Amino acid sequence: MKYLSEYRDPAIARALIDRIRRTATRPWTLMEVCGGQTHTIVRQGLDELLEGAVEMIHGPGCPVCVTPLEQIDKALALAARPDVIFTSFGDMLRVPGSDCDLQQVRARGGAVRVVYSPLDALELARRTPEKEVVFFAVGFETTAPANAMAVWRARELGVRNFSVLVSHVTVPPAITAILTAPDNRVQGFLAAGHVCTVMGWTEYEPIAERYRVPIVVTGFEPMDILEGMLMAVEQLESGRHVVENQYVRSVRREGTVPARERVEEVFELADRNWRGIGAIPMSGLRLREEFTAFDAERKFGVARITVNEPTECRAGDVLTGRLKPPKCAAFGTRCTPERPLGALMVSTEGACAAYYHLARHRVVEPQAVAT
Amino acid sequence: MTTIATSGLTCAVPMIAVERVQLGHGSGGKMSAWLIGDLFVRELQNAALAEMGDGAVITGGADELVVSTDSFVVSPIEFPGGDIGSLAVHGTLNDVAMMGARPLCLTAGFVLEEGLELATLERIVASMARAAREAGVPVVAGDTKVVERGKADGLYVNTTGIGTVDPLCRPGPRRARVGDVVIVSGPIGRHGMAIMAAREGLAFESSITSDSACLVPLVERLKASATPVHVLRDPTRGGVASALNEIASASRVAIAIDEETLPVPDNVRAACEILGLDPLYVANEGVMLAIVPAAHAVGALEALRSHGLGRGATIIGNVIAQPQATVLLRTALGGTRIVDLLPGDQLPRIC
Repeated sequence: MKYLSEYRDPAIARALIDRIRRTATRPWTLMEVCGGQTHTIVRQGLDELLEGAVEMIHGPGCPVCVTPLEQIDKALALAARPDVIFTSFGDMLRVPGSDCDLQQVRARGGAVRVVYSPLDALELARRTPEKEVVFFAVGFETTAPANAMAVWRARELGVRNFSVLVSHVTVPPAITAILTAPDNRVQGFLAAGHVCTVMGWTEYEPIAERYRVPIVVTGFEPMDILEGMLMAVEQLESGRHVVENQYVRSVRREGTVPARERVEEVFELADRNWRGIGAIPMSGLRLREEFTAFDAERKFGVARITVNEPTECRAGDVLTGRLKPPKCAAFGTRCTPERPLGALMVSTEGACAAYYHLARHRVVEPQAVAT
Repeated sequence: MTTIATSGLTCAVPMIAVERVQLGHGSGGKMSAWLIGDLFVRELQNAALAEMGDGAVITGGADELVVSTDSFVVSPIEFPGGDIGSLAVHGTLNDVAMMGARPLCLTAGFVLEEGLELATLERIVASMARAAREAGVPVVAGDTKVVERGKADGLYVNTTGIGTVDPLCRPGPRRARVGDVVIVSGPIGRHGMAIMAAREGLAFESSITSDSACLVPLVERLKASATPVHVLRDPTRGGVASALNEIASASRVAIAIDEETLPVPDNVRAACEILGLDPLYVANEGVMLAIVPAAHAVGALEALRSHGLGRGATIIGNVIAQPQATVLLRTALGGTRIVDLLPGDQLPRIC
């Protein structure tokens, strides 16, 4: 298929793998930030094909995974209200909250609908004026423009029965948090191509400079990721540390200006909890004062729900690269996609679920049968 | 993998106890398997059910018969390439055919919602009649119930099919053997993506039509070629991935498929890319999987390709010994990965 198959060409992939291996004079440790990249890496076995040359640590870039438990519990509380139609992207439905998930709320009678765009949720609100329609606005900078647009349109159209439960996070503060952790092992980053399509890469330039790490804005297809790895390894081998752009077919330095402007008009920076990591200062987005009429937390009084994160799930260690999913004691036993302990096992982009679904044949060694 | 008893452990996140039926229980994935295995089969157990085929073989007097039943709740009830009426005929006839049997007759049970337009019902029944006539199988008994508005989604249909067993062709999910090849009869993923695109709330237009079709003639061609067919399966809900997982489990083998050989139409691939879905898990209603000995692969392919429905028949993989009960995919880049049974429905991704 045009614009897809050329980025999955096995011959080019093998040539890139050879070049990375020839370029690396020692093993390097890189982090791919985005869950979509994690999925491609594990799905195609790229980490396996580059063993010894490049170690990939899977970063915190899965929006499903890092949405804090308290926001999930707020979603569950809203979805259970008889006057609410709760709308969400599909993969949030199976994320476990404190005692159930959105699918179970739906089985108990809650109105939970999967939508493909927040503008569809707004349209639903216009068609059902007798109900309150709440949209679960999660994600990184990638989903922020569409979510901002829905709120902006709701105000323009005067739709009063539409609101959003916001759980937006941003990438640069997370990269800084990883780099300043005392046991950080990451030597270079593949930045998330779609986040940068919106935001550009100017925010990453001071990070690369200050922490002396190469950052390569990278796409999501196997060719993109291999080329991004090669560019990062070439920088590391030559002692450079700048921001480079592999994903040239989508990303410009300044990003997509109208989208950024709409995000900045509707949202402002705020402190945010990340599931499994904890609070990162100024790492999230919240609605600006003039849009608080569309804030579901205020509208329905769920803002005060707070929950302590569970201790058995070691999502924080996985997200910061200290633990590979299969090395977790709960992996595949007490924690599976059917009964996840934490969000990393839920989304196909979560590092734990990616290993579980795609690669447990090579990471789980057969155990001797006790007799 | 070792299993650890969970009863003595304290767990910070309570295990989610499933106390109600969820949509995932109808997905064809692990939740469905649990519901069928741990509830229905446990309570209703008998030798015919235990075979876990698409239908059951029963003995009445001297003849052996196949019985299969299926309910249809598709929404919308009319979609590009078919409707609930023709689908209810094709689906059950296909289940009978997957047992290697020749269908004799069908029954149809309707649950109608108060308020359904009669013109719609007429179109559906006419479509059903046309599908049955084309297959040469009469609908010989029926039942109708009407429920209050809001208690059904327009119209549900249950069909039951009865067929005669072919003593020379007795495929079953337990009969895959190491060295067999896996053939798929045509392009995959069309039905599920046609339904998704037709559903309200999905803002993209597509040219995808359902593949809903009666597979009986295709099975007859295969039988006429004297291919010793080990397994036949129509990969409906849960798609090719779930059907192969069921076969690998039942036969205690591994099945390895090659990514590059999978026949996924461009429009299906594009729609799946947009929604973040894997075509391997998308439902088909006019495609079958045939597992046959490698020595008979060429003959089986020729037989299938001699019919319009099987023109795109192709080998997608083979049966190997290890790891048991597992489906592996050899990626185009040379890696391998597991093709797992999904817990529930495929959920479209955020980004």
